[in-house]
Amino acid sequence: MASLSSYLILSALLFCLGLAAVLIRRNAILILAGVELMLNAANLNFIAFWRFGPHPESLDGLLFVLFSIAIAAAEAAVGLALVIAVYRHHRTADPEKIHELKG
Amino acid sequence: MSVAFVFIALIALAGAAGAVFLRQIVHCVLCLAVAFIGVSMLYLQLGAQFLGFAQILIYVGAVTILILFALLLTRNSGPNLSESPFSTGYGIGLFISGAVFAGIVWAVWQSSMLQQAAAEPEVSVQKIGERLMTEYVLPLEVIALLLTVAMIGAVTIAMKEAPEANSTDESANKPSSSS
Repeated sequence: MASLSSYLILSALLFCLGLAAVLIRRNAILILAGVELMLNAANLNFIAFWRFGPHPESLDGLLFVLFSIAIAAAEAAVGLALVIAVYRHHRTADPEKIHELKG
Repeated sequence: MSVAFVFIALIALAGAAGAVFLRQIVHCVLCLAVAFIGVSMLYLQLGAQFLGFAQILIYVGAVTILILFALLLTRNSGPNLSESPFSTGYGIGLFISGAVFAGIVWAVWQSSMLQQAAAEPEVSVQKIGERLMTEYVLPLEVIALLLTVAMIGAVTIAMKEAPEANSTDESANKPSSSS
């Protein structure tokens, strides 16, 4: 089994790839995909800390990730519905072209 | 570091990198599914069998398909293929995410953590269910409520207004607004 820090660094890499997707992609759907990737990295951290923690038999980390996955699913559903609503209004899902509220 | 860990990590990272950097959006979403499968294999390796399979069911089975459906509903939505799929602040975005990565790695190396895993805990679905039904029953109910509200909200937001109802509304509104 690999050490805890290798899991943490892997999850940091996943998080930063998700952050890069949020910052550089020009499609709102892929921005949401980047958010999902970041949530996955956080969940991986939870599981790694649960497994390497002093009391893995308490299952707290596992249950936390279970709730986090449920919240991420709700977030994805509402976020994609918002993207579809914005697309119906503006005929585009490119966040750079949706700037009517910009001052 | 075991060979299995390196192999799984490479799968997850390749999927994630494909999701971020490929030009075709559909390819990006399929790469995202590969990254989710890699993360679920990491869960399995860490001894969280239930979560590994839940991850495959929820993320690969539901979230990726949901994203693909949204992609189909917003066809020709993004920049054209001749345009760059990346925003104008490309370099700044990459720099920020690289800086965040450097910060996290610095923090991981600075900290002194427990590096040896304790003995493999016994994680049965029965135990998880018992915890969920006793100690965590309130969060479970709140999550159920949240999922219901989110589902209704998503349907309401994405629902297409019926064109006939819209036109009758307008015709009903016009005389009142003109008078």
